[in-house]
Amino acid sequence: MFATLAADAVSKVTTVTNDANWFLENAWIIPLLPAISFVLILFFGKRMPYKGAEIGIAAVSASFVLAILSGVAWMDHRDNFELEKHDDEHAIALSDGAGSASDTAEYAVGTLAAEAGDGGTHAYVAVQQSTQWLQSGGIEFNAGIMVDGLSVMMLFVVTFISLLVHIYSTDYVSGDRRYTHFFAFLSLFTASMLFFVLSDNILQMIVGWELVGVCSFALIGHWWEEKPNSDAALKAFLTNRVGDVGLLVGMITLFFAAGGGTTFDTIKINEAIVQGGVSHTALVVAAACLTAAVMSKSGQFVLHTWLPDAMAGPTPVSALIHAATMVVAGIYMVARLYPVFWEGMQIEGSSINLLATVGAITVVGAGLLAFVQDDIKKVLAYSTVSQLGYMAMALGVGAWTAAVFHLFTHAFFKANLFLGSGSVAHAVHSFDMKRDMGGMRKFMPKTYITFVIGSLALAGVFPLAGFWSKDEILVNTGGWGVLGGSGAAPGSYTFHFVMGMIGAALTAAYMTRCVYLTFHGEYRGGHHEDHADDHADDHAHHGEPHESGPRILYPLYILSAFSILIGFVNFPPGFLTGSKKNPSGWQERFLHFIEPAGSSYFPAVGHATPSWSLAIVASLVAVVGAAFAYYYYFVRLDRLSKQLGESLVGMPNGVTTTNVFARAGHNLLVNKYYLDHLYTGVIAGFTKGPLARAVNWVNQNVIDGMVNKAGESAVQTGQLVYHKIDQTIVDGAVNLSGRVSDASGEELRAINSGKVQNYAAIMFAGAALLAGAFVILLAL
Amino acid sequence: MDPIAGNDWLLTALVFAPLAGALIMALFPSEEEGLHKQLALLTSLVTLGLGVWLLLDFDYDNAGQIQYWLDKEWIEVIGAGYTIGVDGMSLPLIALSVLVMPLVFIYSWDHIPSPGNAKAFLMLMLILETGMLGTFVAQDLILFFVFFEVVLLPMFFMIAVWGGEDRRYASLKFFLYTLFGSALMLLGFLALFFLSADSLGEHTFNMVDLTNNAGLGITRSSQLLIFGGMFLGFGVKVPMFPFHTWLPDAHTQAPTQGSVILAAVLLKLGTYGFIRIAIPMLPEAAEAWAPYIGLLAVIGIIYGALGCLAQTDMKRLIAFSSVAHMGFVMLGIATLTDFGINAAIFGMVAHGLITGMLFFVAGSVKERYHTLEIGRLGGMLVQAPHLGWILGFTAMASLGLPGLAGFWGEFPAILSAYNPANGLAEETFRGYMVVAAIGTVLAAGYLLWLLQRTAMGEPPDEFKDDPEITDVNTFEWIAWSPLLFLIVLFGVAPGLIFEVTDPAVVESLNNCLQLPDGCEGVADAAKAASGG
Repeated sequence: MFATLAADAVSKVTTVTNDANWFLENAWIIPLLPAISFVLILFFGKRMPYKGAEIGIAAVSASFVLAILSGVAWMDHRDNFELEKHDDEHAIALSDGAGSASDTAEYAVGTLAAEAGDGGTHAYVAVQQSTQWLQSGGIEFNAGIMVDGLSVMMLFVVTFISLLVHIYSTDYVSGDRRYTHFFAFLSLFTASMLFFVLSDNILQMIVGWELVGVCSFALIGHWWEEKPNSDAALKAFLTNRVGDVGLLVGMITLFFAAGGGTTFDTIKINEAIVQGGVSHTALVVAAACLTAAVMSKSGQFVLHTWLPDAMAGPTPVSALIHAATMVVAGIYMVARLYPVFWEGMQIEGSSINLLATVGAITVVGAGLLAFVQDDIKKVLAYSTVSQLGYMAMALGVGAWTAAVFHLFTHAFFKANLFLGSGSVAHAVHSFDMKRDMGGMRKFMPKTYITFVIGSLALAGVFPLAGFWSKDEILVNTGGWGVLGGSGAAPGSYTFHFVMGMIGAALTAAYMTRCVYLTFHGEYRGGHHEDHADDHADDHAHHGEPHESGPRILYPLYILSAFSILIGFVNFPPGFLTGSKKNPSGWQERFLHFIEPAGSSYFPAVGHATPSWSLAIVASLVAVVGAAFAYYYYFVRLDRLSKQLGESLVGMPNGVTTTNVFARAGHNLLVNKYYLDHLYTGVIAGFTKGPLARAVNWVNQNVIDGMVNKAGESAVQTGQLVYHKIDQTIVDGAVNLSGRVSDASGEELRAINSGKVQNYAAIMFAGAALLAGAFVILLAL
Repeated sequence: MDPIAGNDWLLTALVFAPLAGALIMALFPSEEEGLHKQLALLTSLVTLGLGVWLLLDFDYDNAGQIQYWLDKEWIEVIGAGYTIGVDGMSLPLIALSVLVMPLVFIYSWDHIPSPGNAKAFLMLMLILETGMLGTFVAQDLILFFVFFEVVLLPMFFMIAVWGGEDRRYASLKFFLYTLFGSALMLLGFLALFFLSADSLGEHTFNMVDLTNNAGLGITRSSQLLIFGGMFLGFGVKVPMFPFHTWLPDAHTQAPTQGSVILAAVLLKLGTYGFIRIAIPMLPEAAEAWAPYIGLLAVIGIIYGALGCLAQTDMKRLIAFSSVAHMGFVMLGIATLTDFGINAAIFGMVAHGLITGMLFFVAGSVKERYHTLEIGRLGGMLVQAPHLGWILGFTAMASLGLPGLAGFWGEFPAILSAYNPANGLAEETFRGYMVVAAIGTVLAAGYLLWLLQRTAMGEPPDEFKDDPEITDVNTFEWIAWSPLLFLIVLFGVAPGLIFEVTDPAVVESLNNCLQLPDGCEGVADAAKAASGG
């Protein structure tokens, strides 16, 4: 059964310190470097020998080294840091005066008891550094960094992928019309993302969240000369803004309900919720609102539609922003504020909730869409949406570590696949698999191998990275246990388990299709010249495509190696050695270092016991999915094409030509469930068109009409009064104003033929009269 | 609130330096345009220097108190004094005014609008500056009113003489509409004056006395009426929905400099009036009016944004966006909390910088393309890349991107609506909060659509080879850089403003504590918020 930490153990003392290893205390340098790089590239980039790319690469390399060092420092800190030895004053000061030395000791005992299985470890103590940022209402608000396993992991992922993407881009976008600008925004994005993951308060998280969004906007619209690109950029930004309404409202609710209206501090807000006493209603509202934010940022149904369109940006950007890092910001936010969801959605012991269900629908909904894409990047984009669905679902069912682990592995193999697709596109100058690819394995054997490795990892084939993380999600849904298998979990999310299994089959199948269309069969490209839409076509090359250069290939090799190996960092207990309840020293390392189990700001999340039967069944499901696609494409389609002597890839065939329901389903998918029609056509169209025009009409004709009417009536009344009123008063006023206007040129005199002065005088006279009446009225 | 005396002449010099400059300019014939430009710029720089001195000399530890207090007799017969002073609420607005004016004069160096006559044009702007600064330092209602009105006439002439095609209609509308508002505001002031004797023993226009004795024991119904008068006066100036229709016309027709000043400073006179006069002096009425002000504010946010979406003229679109932005400011004010009012002051400064900048860009676009019709523009990023990027940057700031100044006016205002002052209905204000948050989506919509249609894409055929379409020139760079820099600076370090305004805002709300009846709600909220 799963181990639950006693809730009482995690209270009283804040498990946070500001006194730790230098690299942890000074992690703020990591985002600062690329931020400086952005400014330098902006002002001096064009004058540099490598047009600014070298500044970006230098900064990100330095950040990467620091990220690794802080990772190493964190591992040491995690294992050896003892809160009570390190400056009790700090610890107590940070715990809001509620703690004392004896509490600390008591807490440590609790942790030791809970983690006895690990052979006696130390408390999970986050490192926080902050400084005053602003004040309002007499209260001071801080800006700072919070370093724990989760943020350290993200630092590594972001800097690592960013560095590889920087190197890759020097080849991929070389000769681009805005090469320097491209690198400037890569730097800004890296800085913003690092700033976001290091935030120690929710206000800063909002700032980072929006900043990565604007970088995404700028990079999607990198080639803004073409309208589809700027449309895609706008769509991304506006869709995210819709989710941001949820983000703002949710965060504000947390600020008041859990932060007492005095603090944005993530740890304090989490602690308040873990300790109970925060209004459940408020948490429900906050969790639901933040889920909306996740739906837009992390591409969950039904706000995912911007993500496939975002593929209009350069491919390295897709790999970095729209696969590995920015799109997981929503997942990261949920992981960071997990108590909100844990309590607000009552994840434990339940079988359904909003977040998990949104994720589950996304897994399957996007997986299906990946089948009907001709554009290789769109296949990968929908795949990303689907995998993000797994992560959201995992968080929703209580599988915190599994979700974060999947985020981690996915970053590598999906970046691998995106960069691989870019390598192919670099050779054929197109992303259209059906029209311009096919048979690429002959021309690009190295890219082919890395792409296949990425696909296998994504499909969850043993023992590649995706297998471990996907399996962990599935077992933690608890659905396998409910269906009669082994393995208990925090909840019993059967529906989500089934959706996850379907997703596994779909993933394997659409990647098989993608690999076939791109790399197998006959080469179908090279027949037209007007397709260089992704890069300035400076190498005037025609004829056969050829393998990419080293700056593209080496990042692919490195990512492939990670795609194979990275799953091993979280071997389930009982695998090869140890027992399920008592993992040996090299098992569950990821869980040990990353999950803040037992810390004061994390709920008592249980873990499912690994299930051999599920691992086997899930693998079989994936194999079956792949086998269907393999038969259809590699065997049947290949054979028919050879018989006919021409490629059948582009032709409609199979069940969609014979079965009316299949055709309808296919149409539904081709039209992306008609969501784009609804958003762009109906909602945005209505707001921009009829609604805005109606408001403008009301403004011009009703509100302004009344103003004009009032003005006219006043003039009429004025003229009436003017003829009756004592001439000398008005004349005096007119003459006075006339003298003023003399000074201001001839034009002035033409206008001021007396009218305005009259009105002014009348207004003042009227006001004086009214004032008199008013005062008399008040005095009565 | 106990005013602190200080340097006797600094504020007076600051306020009247521009007027003195204008008088000196009057001595020289209008043919010497270059001289007038130099004189005007010099005057505004001297004023800026005095403003910097004030910023350096200001006692930030006592930002909650009125400093440089000076109380001289002025019009004895009606008890009006020359009473001036500065605290943390007015300091940022003074700084904004003295900063924006030199930039406008620099911009004017090669941008004197038709029909010319630089002398008159520049003199009017200097007189305008005196009016604005005077309004922010006045601590006497009559003095406030006089400065408030002094602003009106130069702006009227700027629009009427140097404006666009429809300038007569726009200028008249601007003048009469705001005058109408001020008349009612004056009524409110007079009522306060006549009723002040009941509790203070003598008639007074002294704003500190009136604030310290907030409510004056006036009956509730009278308070409501007086507040209503001020509401109309200030509300027209802000402008609040539905009194906003003068604004798009005035902005569209005004010369660039007029638009910039109007957006950057003039609109703030109205919101400043609310937080300096209406709310602290009549807290009970403020509480009764607040839900309605909040309602009009959020209607303004949505309505202004939808209005923007329908505009075909770039300048008119920016003008309409002011209605939406000032909606956020008024929402913050309507919560009657220190959070909200701080946000409002920040919003005023941020809107001044950002919308001022947008009008500068619009002016330069008009000069190059001779049109502001959005449908005809396009590809600015190709032909004038810096201009296009500046537009993009400013649009991002305007839609409230964190890290830039606009965010700190918008987000805290939305935040404050979650928890309005005690006595105000939470449900109502939380509803406003959600509506305001939705307004941010529409803001992104109209600004990005503007950006897409004007800056992105390829240049349209009619402008493709137009030699007049050049990138940002030196004068523009000099005039704009400070604005761009401050938009980033205040975005990164919002504390620079919040820490100045906060003590004054807390003080002005705490002040109501001293009253047994009148504003318990406000007082409780202030207590709750500051006590944590």
